[in-house]
Amino acid sequence: MKKQVIALLTAAMMVGAMAGCGAGGSDTTTAADTTAAETTTAGDTAAETDTEAEAEDGAETTAAIGGEGKVLVMATNAEFPPYEYHDGGDIVGIDVEVAEAIAGKLGMTLEVEDIAFDSIIPELESGKADIGVAGMTVNEDRLKNVDFTDPYTTASQVIIVKEDSEIAGPDDLKGKHIGVQLGTTGDIYASDYEADGSTIERYNKGFEAVQAMQQGKIDAVVIDQEPAKVFVSQNEGIKILDEALTVEEYAIAIKKGNTELLDQVNGALAELKESGELQAIIDKYISAE
Amino acid sequence: MSEKFRADFYQNFIEDDRWKYIVNGLGNTIKITLFAVLLGIALGFLVAIIRSTFEKTGKLKLLNLLCRVYLTVIRGTPVLIQLLLIYFVVFGSVRIDKSLVAILAFGINSGAYVAEIFRSGIMSIDNGQFEAGRSLGFNYTQTMLYIIMPQAFKNVLPALGNEFIVLLKETSVAGYIAIQDLTKGADIIRSRTYSAFMPLMAAAVIYLVMVMIFTYFVQRLERRLRSSDH
Repeated sequence: MKKQVIALLTAAMMVGAMAGCGAGGSDTTTAADTTAAETTTAGDTAAETDTEAEAEDGAETTAAIGGEGKVLVMATNAEFPPYEYHDGGDIVGIDVEVAEAIAGKLGMTLEVEDIAFDSIIPELESGKADIGVAGMTVNEDRLKNVDFTDPYTTASQVIIVKEDSEIAGPDDLKGKHIGVQLGTTGDIYASDYEADGSTIERYNKGFEAVQAMQQGKIDAVVIDQEPAKVFVSQNEGIKILDEALTVEEYAIAIKKGNTELLDQVNGALAELKESGELQAIIDKYISAE
Repeated sequence: MSEKFRADFYQNFIEDDRWKYIVNGLGNTIKITLFAVLLGIALGFLVAIIRSTFEKTGKLKLLNLLCRVYLTVIRGTPVLIQLLLIYFVVFGSVRIDKSLVAILAFGINSGAYVAEIFRSGIMSIDNGQFEAGRSLGFNYTQTMLYIIMPQAFKNVLPALGNEFIVLLKETSVAGYIAIQDLTKGADIIRSRTYSAFMPLMAAAVIYLVMVMIFTYFVQRLERRLRSSDH
């Protein structure tokens, strides 16, 4: 008896649910149809406008830089904040804005292509992308395959010590207690000193390492240049050593032999440096924490 | 599948000798736990004696008050904050062995809980046992030591085992003062390889195995102590 009642109830509920679905379903269909229709219209209009705009742009660009394409394709790997990363649906960051500014100078529109980091150079070689901007450090291996523009920024791992410290340069870090923030570039580089008898103390936060150093618990802190500046400006009695642990210059990669584009980008970079726009972009992303 | 597993395993543990982070971390975890347990027992025993003496005889009023403050403060604040306070404030401007800081922090913390466990054991013994001891000519200390304590210890053993298991796992916050314990070891690997599964699982399994071994020995001890019941 009990079972039958349950079965009946279940059946009733299912019918109800289905009915609900049916009604909802038909409604949705109608709504969707309308939207689709509208979208199509909107899309058409947009497409038309685009084409017109591009045509105009194209004319100007051709006039401005003589025969160069109107779209500048930038290859990057958007997993490297603050240089490039996904923010909502967009790829943003220092590199993207720098590339946009360069494209602006050249009268081109920028198109960002997000690919794996090690695919950027092949992409340039095959001509699928024009510039590679991905926080790329200039090194020998890469120079064999691509040309690099002038560096647009540097990223250094600096050493912070107490003002009366005997540590004067990276070589003095041997055998010392070095504080770092876990997982940062500074951590990776400082860890090389473990072989020289140094002890690496990995704090969860950068300021904790600085605090421990101020209290004399460790001898030095290795950290990114930008946060280091903030720490030193806010704390008495500590300084950044003149000689950084590592200095990396980030530059834009361009297909080997494409000197025309290389010269144009270098020219645009020089203008951006001159006008202070470049520094403004960097400051926007790397600010005081 | 197994190919990927092997590659992950290689990257997380074999490459660059990363397994050393786990092994060294394990050593630190065991060292900190062991000494913190000893400190906790010593502190807890002392506090429990003072508190139950006060309750039974009304003596040691001032010490009892101190103990109550200790229990309230330590049990009322997170162990992580106690650890950071000891490291950055109490030893504010001294270079000190960080393992010592951790042992002190976890030992002092554990002592508060152990004290209440011991006290519950002492109070669980019927007052008749106490009176019997005194009537046999034992003084207070002797009665405590030979009559009450052995029975109390047997009663509190499960709760005590519990406390040590908690302590062992609680040491995983030692990484906050840049001690390279087992959890921090896994974290370091994680920050190098950007894979979460392998290092965290390794750490979890090691904690689990340590707790299982410990539980086994506590159970054996319980069985031995119970043999006198019959």
